[in-house]
Amino acid sequence: MYPEHFRYTKEHEWIQVEGDTGTVGITFYAQKELGDIVYVELPKLGATVSAGKSMGSVESVKAVSEIYAPASGEVVGVNEELNTTPEKLNQDPHGAAWLVKIRLSNAREIDGLLSAPQYQAHVGAES
Amino acid sequence: MEPAGASAALDKTPLNWVHRSLGAKMVDFGGWDMPVEYSGIIEEHLAVRTGVGLFDVSHMGEIEIRGPQALQLVERVTPNAAGRLADGQAQYSALLYPTGCFVDDVLVHRLAADHYLLCVNASNQRKDYEWIVSQNRFDAQVEYASPRYAQLAIQGPRALAALAKLTAVDLAAIRYYWFLHGEVLGAPAIIARTGYTGEDGFEIYIPPEEAARIWNAILESGAEFDIRPCGLGARNTLRLEARLALYGHEIDASTTPLEAGLGWIVKLDKGEFIGRDVLVKQKQNGVARRLAGFEMRERGIAREGYLVRVEGAAAGVVTSGSYAPFLKKNIGLCYLPAGRAAAGQAIQVDIRGQAVAAEVVPTPFYSRKR
Repeated sequence: MYPEHFRYTKEHEWIQVEGDTGTVGITFYAQKELGDIVYVELPKLGATVSAGKSMGSVESVKAVSEIYAPASGEVVGVNEELNTTPEKLNQDPHGAAWLVKIRLSNAREIDGLLSAPQYQAHVGAES
Repeated sequence: MEPAGASAALDKTPLNWVHRSLGAKMVDFGGWDMPVEYSGIIEEHLAVRTGVGLFDVSHMGEIEIRGPQALQLVERVTPNAAGRLADGQAQYSALLYPTGCFVDDVLVHRLAADHYLLCVNASNQRKDYEWIVSQNRFDAQVEYASPRYAQLAIQGPRALAALAKLTAVDLAAIRYYWFLHGEVLGAPAIIARTGYTGEDGFEIYIPPEEAARIWNAILESGAEFDIRPCGLGARNTLRLEARLALYGHEIDASTTPLEAGLGWIVKLDKGEFIGRDVLVKQKQNGVARRLAGFEMRERGIAREGYLVRVEGAAAGVVTSGSYAPFLKKNIGLCYLPAGRAAAGQAIQVDIRGQAVAAEVVPTPFYSRKR
């Protein structure tokens, strides 16, 4: 369920690091808890985000949920497609529905994130 | 029977275990452990608009009023003209404080000239019962009847077809906001052509011990119409598209029916009732604020509690706001100064610090074709 090559936050974001860049999304568990996602607000290209700080929001029919940056850096990619097809976050949260790409300013922050087994334990057996 | 005192544990309907076995997502809804969604709010919402959906609304409360002066008591505590009801007819009404503001909104059913059934909101039922008892200076008995009823709502254009297989009652002959006593699967039932979704449909009041059997039979019977069990999430978006008020949001102890656009349930000519004096004055002087429906004109979803501005100045607060699954728009309701509440008025909604453009539009946002 949770890819081994991702790292995870307790707030249900994932990050996949390749070189100095991390691709960020929300987890399967997050989308399932939210229900039908109907709106996404993402940071702008070039924005600076800080680990653990809000960088946008995801809204389901019922609720608003903040997206927290798993790591600090500059936003170098934004998945604009989600603006018109937010439901993709329910369909493919670990793949096509990534949110942003961040050029990491401190790669060591990644070490503090959860591994796949740790995240699985965090969300419990239900997922 | 007297209502039980509030307990720390959540109240459960007789179908609680059925919802859990269907994999519903459960939430604490005003002290009730209720399903918010099964397959997804959007899918459930669309099922009701285009086919049929089944809701457990057993959390709703029932209060029965009997006796030679039952009508006088009902007329005293509600602003609509209960005296104009015939046997088997229902009307939307309210319980009001002397301030003209809401204790609750209610459905009044006339079972007989000396017997009325009020369907009230779940989280208000004890308060409502105590309020009515406190106003009872008549030859009438007030019963907290909730424990005797489970309630299911079958809603949507195929609701009649789905329910018809389970009853000998001629459902098509029941007019909108009328009801009758019949049997569903051999169980005694009050079958009412009412609902809270903006669609055709039925609300049935049945014995709690029959609820699971009837629930399952309706799902089976509706399978050919792609019936969906629906949770409170879809119930909320459906009622919002139809601009039906929800207690605790559009209406509460600080709002009057006239402000909420519910002037049609206030019959000032019917004689004395609680709250009338205030409403007479409000009608003469005009209301200062009015409930308005709006659509977002820029990206963003207005949510309950968000500030609404007119020309930059604070003007009101969002009472309900959501993505509307059938209309595929972001809509909401808010109170605005009466002079600023007409369709076409430009407003801004504060969404996490940003002023996002919206516009007052005519309501209901959605009405079914009849």
